[in-house]
Amino acid sequence: MLRFIARRAAQSIPLLLVVSLLVFALIHAAPGGPLALYLDNPNVRPQDIERLRHAMGLDRPLAGQYTAWLWSFVRGDWGYSYADGRPVGARLLERVPATLQLIATSTVAGVVIAFIVGILAAVRTGFDRAATLGAIAGISLPVFWLGLLLQLIFANALGWLPSSGRASFTGGGVSDLAAHLILPATVLALAHAAGWSRYLRGSVRQALAMPFTRGARSRGVSERRIVLHHALRNALLPFATVVLLDASIMASGAVVTESVFAWPGVGSLFTESLARRDYTVLMAFLMCASIAVVLLNLVADVAVFALDPRTREQP
Amino acid sequence: MISSRRAPRAGAVVLVLLVVLAILAPLVAPYGMDALDLAHRRAAPSWSHWFGTDELGRDVLTRILFGARISLAIGLVSAAVSVTIGVSVGAVAGYAGGWIDDALMRVADAMLSVPRLPLLMISAAVLSPNVPLLILLVGAAGWMETARVVRAEVQSIKARDFVTAAKAIGATSTHVIARHILPVVVTTGAVATTLAVGRGILLESALSFFGVGVQPPTASWGNMLYQAQTTMSTEPWLGIFPGAFIFVTVLCCNIVGDSLAERASHL
Repeated sequence: MLRFIARRAAQSIPLLLVVSLLVFALIHAAPGGPLALYLDNPNVRPQDIERLRHAMGLDRPLAGQYTAWLWSFVRGDWGYSYADGRPVGARLLERVPATLQLIATSTVAGVVIAFIVGILAAVRTGFDRAATLGAIAGISLPVFWLGLLLQLIFANALGWLPSSGRASFTGGGVSDLAAHLILPATVLALAHAAGWSRYLRGSVRQALAMPFTRGARSRGVSERRIVLHHALRNALLPFATVVLLDASIMASGAVVTESVFAWPGVGSLFTESLARRDYTVLMAFLMCASIAVVLLNLVADVAVFALDPRTREQP
Repeated sequence: MISSRRAPRAGAVVLVLLVVLAILAPLVAPYGMDALDLAHRRAAPSWSHWFGTDELGRDVLTRILFGARISLAIGLVSAAVSVTIGVSVGAVAGYAGGWIDDALMRVADAMLSVPRLPLLMISAAVLSPNVPLLILLVGAAGWMETARVVRAEVQSIKARDFVTAAKAIGATSTHVIARHILPVVVTTGAVATTLAVGRGILLESALSFFGVGVQPPTASWGNMLYQAQTTMSTEPWLGIFPGAFIFVTVLCCNIVGDSLAERASHL
């Protein structure tokens, strides 16, 4: 078990190195490099740019810059935000709780929806077509448009829910926080549940076609028990893996949803920094998001290894 | 997975119709692309302006039709780009094996680990691309899944007995690739292309929605939404209609792609 984890963890290191090269190359692909923003600014003199270039090490060879950047990133020195001069790590960290709250809520809600829709679609053929169309529609919906529509309907027209933010300025306790959470969490939950319900339907169907379900049926086990205990239990592990492997899509979804609803999380910090071309924040965000994705993939692999003995036989 | 044949056909018809409307935009659009009607600014939908007008009095329907040219072009061409890269990388990795396979798949893994939309948003912000460069960026961000599928297919075909038999009687690599591998890969490519068109349109609209994609005054469905978002509560038609076009187009691509995938699995 430990050896498996160690081997899988060791495999993620070269992966993250390739990611870091990608991120680094991206920022340096800007015409004028990371200081491009200042080149157009008449208030910044050419000699200041030279001084900054030297101070930031941008006049050194690219390979040296990359290793220096990577080393300081690993040590936790992520530089300072161009926008307000504060350390990038601190700016990201203060936004993490809001994002975790949103992602956790929407993931739970998405899983619940996927369970209901996926199981019903696997069992009831009549419902299956509607569920398929619904899922394809969910995958096709532009997340930001869905967000704008829900804002329009539930915040502007009906006035039932606040349109943006995480809490009212005046504060209003738990119900106020919950009211702010509903719309953004619904958008993300629906977006994710679309794909997940299809997947669950597929694996429940697959399990229902296995000999052991026929065996259970011939022993007189009720259909309900066969679906919920026999088929679902077999479908559960691959389903959990798929949810974890979708971490990258969740990150993209969170960026869009947080911006539409002005949710004060990491995602809206990203779009704010994008508008200001605040490259230090953008680089750190992309690195952290990728590390999170790689870690969750690792967790998914380890979970499969730990919970499903069949996968252990192949080396 | 849609058993009915009606939905995919309807989807295909709508897509063709949209492409035709986009091509004929200058002929079918009720107004000129940049025609201002200052007397009717921010007008709600009516008989003279079906989808209303924007803050400069430009007809929203007209801009959607012209925007369709940009949005559909980005979707179609970026899909071609990503599927071409994906099929090539997958075929090479699967056929060559060894370190070439390892290297290509590590790059694919790495690119799949970086959240796609933020990656594209930064690329677009850094490069401030014109439309052709935007197409390349969106295309370059979408090849990995196709490459993985094609690689697996090529590997499994390569190991089949009929390929071994063909090689035993002296078939060259070219023959094996052309006669045995390509026909299977073409089907996968077709499915991947249909789905990639939808994804490309979604990505373009998201990039433009955040102001780093297609730049005004050129209209795209995404940047119309970008301009609409601040006035959504007072002039909702500015956002509802462009978004509905994105949704319906992507929906049709996915319905058609889904049914192609379904048929391919029965081959």
